[in-house]
Amino acid sequence: MSTVIDAHNISKIYNKENIPVYAINNVHLHINQGEFTALVGPSGSGKTTLLNLIGGLDKPDEGKIEINGIDITAMSPNKLIDFRLRNIGFVFQSFNLIPVLTARENVEFIMQLQGINKTEREARIQTLFRQIGLEDKMDSRPSQLSGGQQQRVAVARALASKPQFVLADEPTANLDTASASNLLDIMALLNKEENITFIFSTHDARVIERARRVITLVDGRITSDTAKVDTHVQH
Amino acid sequence: MWILQLAWKNLWRNRNRTAITMASIFFAVVLSVLTSSIKTGIFDNLIKNVVSFYSGYIQIHKQGYWDEQILDNSFENSTVLERKLLNDPRITDITPRLESFALASAGNITKGCLVVGIDPQKEDRITRLSTKLIAGKYLQAGHNTALVSEGLLKRLQLQLYDTLVLIGQGYHGATAAGKYVISGVAKFGSPDLNDRLLYLPLGTAQVLFEAPGILTSYVLSIQDPKQVNTISTDAQQLAGKEYEVMSWEQMMPDIKQHIKTDSSNMVVIQLILYLLISFGIFGTLLMMMAERRFELGMLVAIGMRKSKLALLLLSESILTVLAGCLLGILASIPIVWYLQKHPIRITGNAAKAYERFGFEAIFPTSTDSAHFINQGLMVLLIGLVLSLYPLLKVTRLNPVISMKK
Repeated sequence: MSTVIDAHNISKIYNKENIPVYAINNVHLHINQGEFTALVGPSGSGKTTLLNLIGGLDKPDEGKIEINGIDITAMSPNKLIDFRLRNIGFVFQSFNLIPVLTARENVEFIMQLQGINKTEREARIQTLFRQIGLEDKMDSRPSQLSGGQQQRVAVARALASKPQFVLADEPTANLDTASASNLLDIMALLNKEENITFIFSTHDARVIERARRVITLVDGRITSDTAKVDTHVQH
Repeated sequence: MWILQLAWKNLWRNRNRTAITMASIFFAVVLSVLTSSIKTGIFDNLIKNVVSFYSGYIQIHKQGYWDEQILDNSFENSTVLERKLLNDPRITDITPRLESFALASAGNITKGCLVVGIDPQKEDRITRLSTKLIAGKYLQAGHNTALVSEGLLKRLQLQLYDTLVLIGQGYHGATAAGKYVISGVAKFGSPDLNDRLLYLPLGTAQVLFEAPGILTSYVLSIQDPKQVNTISTDAQQLAGKEYEVMSWEQMMPDIKQHIKTDSSNMVVIQLILYLLISFGIFGTLLMMMAERRFELGMLVAIGMRKSKLALLLLSESILTVLAGCLLGILASIPIVWYLQKHPIRITGNAAKAYERFGFEAIFPTSTDSAHFINQGLMVLLIGLVLSLYPLLKVTRLNPVISMKK
């Protein structure tokens, strides 16, 4: 199993000049291809900060992060944006979709940014909407979709660029039980059938239950890292 | 192309915000066009009043006449020169004049007056003198009659069809004296001219001043008042050194200075207007950036280059500003047109003050297309310059901070 994410002793420090606050403190983390990982921990433990660092949205103050062996911490901001576009899929807690575009257009948007031709885009849209089970909602605007349906479209959009992995920041936080369960089913299926790597930050017990690896963060440090089925990674 | 489509869709996402922005640009253009058009309209009307009323746009005299306006500084009527000048298509008409001072007398009352000998038909074509008539008939060539200003008539305590006597100095020191029946009374806006103007048919004036075939000036009317200086220079070349060709600006520098001063004041008013417009547009841009902070951060996070995001925001701004400008220009056309046909009319004491100085108490508009184009472009430019603000914000955008709840 190849390593997708390799974070070497990364730290993110706020308020460096006065009293330094370690949002992430000397974290060392490997994520392999095909993992279905949940980052858990109390509020302020550093889950979102770690996701931001892994996703190249923020840079660590110490250490480095490699994605498929490429050091993203050394990249220029523009290169990093392009890198994110081609290698990382994002699902956010809310306001995931562009409200003026239909579900189909939201998914197509990423591929337009990538410069993919119309035929290829169309084929991929069909596949993705079939996978998320929303073929009949392709032409609906986000406001015409339920929260769960919007998150499923967000997953389709995250996958549209054929990323190395998908980062999901509390994806079920605003969903009811049925919608959350449905979303997790889809993500688990994509993980199983297409070997897509998912990393969630979550408080949600339902997500933790379905994750095959659970990493617990407290005060910016990994306090436990448990693989449920096939792996157990020590930190 | 898809960026443009997305920009268009974004415009209709928050209809109120778009409508407010467009409305601020729309009213900015309308106000700006109106201010500019009224400003030019007032000055054009002022020039028209002054110029068409008496001086004409261009006058030709004997060299030195303007500095020493005496009958001896006159010239012989030249049909050759008239023809040469009229060959220039920009010159639409010429009228000859013989002007000098004389004493008007009736009974025991005597009053100094400006006697102007005119070709009644030609003069009327240029200054529309007949429209100033308030009693009696307009002058006719060859008649021994006078058209007297209302103020002068009152001062001489005369009435229409009474006879007055003119006494003065004629050409080359000759004595000028004559009796004339008052065939018409005219009223002039300028109190000064209204108290001392007296018109005679040209031939009659030449007889009075013993100056047969002699003129003191040619008054020229031109097609395009904006070309007055070019035409004046060309006419000077055509007329030769023995004549002096003067534009109205040279003859009445005080009017030109007045316009210049007022124009500077208007520029300040317009700058204040542009400033208000800028704040209006900037306010809506600030509102837009605050509302879309999360979304813009999210777009950069998922891989939209900042240059593309900037292009998207710029397209939105251009579409909004362009639409506002076009609507503003379209709306201002009928308003300006209406105000030209039905100018704002000043009433009361202010009107009296205007009329006392010979100006019509109205604020007409100018329908020159330059007002619509220039003001539209100016507001467009302001809008586009202000659109740099969102671009600046995008270049500094940090997706993590933008997406923080």
